[in-house]
Amino acid sequence: MKDLARRLPPMSTLGPLLALLAACAFFSYKTDTFLSGQNFSLVMQQVMVVGLLAVGQTLIILTAGIDLSCGMVMALGSIIMTKFAVELGLHPMLAIMVGVAATTLFGWVNGLLVTRIKLPPFIVTLGTMNIAFAITQIYSGSQTVTDLPEAMTYLGDPVMLLGTPVARGVLVLLALYGITWFALTQTAPGRHLYAVGNNREAARLTGISTERVLLSVYALAGTFYGIAAMLSVARTGVGDPQAGQTENLDSITAVVLGGTSLFGGRGNLLGTLIGALIVGVFRNGLTLMGVSSVYQILITGILVILAVATDQLTHKQR
Amino acid sequence: MTTRRILATTFGAVALAAASFAATAADQPIVGLITKTETNPFFVKMKEGAAEAAKAKGAKLLTAAGKQDGDNAGQVTAIENMIAAGAKTILITPSDAKAIIPAIKKARDKGVLVIALDSPTDPQEAVDALFATDNYKAGVLIGQYAKASLGGKPVKIATLDLFPGHPVGAQRHNGFLKGFGLEAHPATSNELSKPAEVVCMADSYGDQAKGQTAMENCLQKNPDISLVYTINEPAAAGAYKALKAAGKEKAVMIVSVDGGCQGVKDVAAGKIAATSQQYPLKMASMGVEAGVSYAQTGKKVAGYTDTGVTLIANKAVAGVDSKDAKVGLDLCWGKK
Repeated sequence: MKDLARRLPPMSTLGPLLALLAACAFFSYKTDTFLSGQNFSLVMQQVMVVGLLAVGQTLIILTAGIDLSCGMVMALGSIIMTKFAVELGLHPMLAIMVGVAATTLFGWVNGLLVTRIKLPPFIVTLGTMNIAFAITQIYSGSQTVTDLPEAMTYLGDPVMLLGTPVARGVLVLLALYGITWFALTQTAPGRHLYAVGNNREAARLTGISTERVLLSVYALAGTFYGIAAMLSVARTGVGDPQAGQTENLDSITAVVLGGTSLFGGRGNLLGTLIGALIVGVFRNGLTLMGVSSVYQILITGILVILAVATDQLTHKQR
Repeated sequence: MTTRRILATTFGAVALAAASFAATAADQPIVGLITKTETNPFFVKMKEGAAEAAKAKGAKLLTAAGKQDGDNAGQVTAIENMIAAGAKTILITPSDAKAIIPAIKKARDKGVLVIALDSPTDPQEAVDALFATDNYKAGVLIGQYAKASLGGKPVKIATLDLFPGHPVGAQRHNGFLKGFGLEAHPATSNELSKPAEVVCMADSYGDQAKGQTAMENCLQKNPDISLVYTINEPAAAGAYKALKAAGKEKAVMIVSVDGGCQGVKDVAAGKIAATSQQYPLKMASMGVEAGVSYAQTGKKVAGYTDTGVTLIANKAVAGVDSKDAKVGLDLCWGKK
């Protein structure tokens, strides 16, 4: 019996998938518009931005950290890339690279403050969240940037895939999940990241440079936020200084729903994608049923508690 | 308490005392303006209007805002600080129509004239006066416009609303349905009417990205939606993006409320058929003038003043008064 239990995937991985499938089954039964490739593609494009932010968030949470600044940093990146392209007339590709560089720099600063000055990630990113928000507002004058060059919305436009229109950004999202998942599970730096999150002191004693791991995790997360900014611009077709204000908690929700432990060292990146999809499926399905969005918030809250409780209980058993 | 905190507190107190001393010394009427946020272009314009009026009338203007929409505590703090700084008139756009009332009452008990701008308190009599758009009427105008331009054709409506329980969201939604000739709750109701013609209702939070998501989901529910009402123009822009992606932007009519410059440009471009324009600058300048006149004569303004709303439409239709986008652009708020 014990043997069988060990061979099954842990509850923290299986649970989110079951919840997602149950929700899909429920909405397929309740409405006749839910179950279609086209609708699934719709949900994917609606979770594309939060889903990508959540990649960076997962990396940081795996090191037992947390990042409150991700949404605001993304908004800053999207304002920088759109203003550079529209007002300075920079080539769209270059403008996007400047935006991604800026968010990477922000992530790197987060990492520096966490590793060198040894401040708790919560406090560091609380501070940089406000700083990023303020810079965004000052730099943009709180004005939306419009009339973007077409190249900047290219990733928001769909391509046909098996007869279903799929936004190009969704393919970027899936590719980045695949690559990052591979790096996390199959390469030495990935294992070092898990080791640092599990027990920093033990990792240090085995010869891992924990500071370097942490610094690169925060900087890399910043890069992901920059790519999320690019997708957000492509999706909405504007640079919006009001974007990203709830995305920090939304991305943490996706990570937690996906079964990654807030204590660090345990979790699965693919679970995060499922976590983001759960939120998107409820929002989409409840609208199709004609039910108020307040219930989506209620259900998300319940699922978060369930996910964390499951993690806590399984952790104690080991 | 650490030394640093003591220093900070002392410094703050000294600065405040100095500020109020400077104010009394100049014997200048002081007017405070408290907006919901510092960042929304609507409130940025309101602040501009107040600053201009204050300069013209020789008044001193203090400004403050909540951190985000719904931040009541931040507005209470702002009221307290402004009374301490010697403001005799406070203009406020209440973030929370009910929760702000105790703080307003304290201010009025000290003889401060309190005027609500843009959004009413609940009850409305909690302030001395209200200068605001008639949001129900703003809805009625775009409803009448949509009805007149669609003629007698059967219609399937999607509404992209604000968020649950907000009076402005309910007034615009119900006004729109009323103007369209459907059964709708009166202006006093906080509930959203849902006649059979409304096939999809979703919350946009007045945000472009969320409006786009809401419209996509509504189209999935009912692909043959023919008319879209949106709470404001960012939500309308999101709806247009979703309709365009579905290749339906020509067949579906979008109507909206606000009259921001970007929104009026979208009307000119034919993305939005019509919008009801409101005037934040006027609300603020009227408020400052009332404050100065109170300081000079001791007379308080009272009751509700409608600051007006104009229907801005791309194509005029018979039987409904409207102005074109050019007029709208002259009067709009935000970046022209």
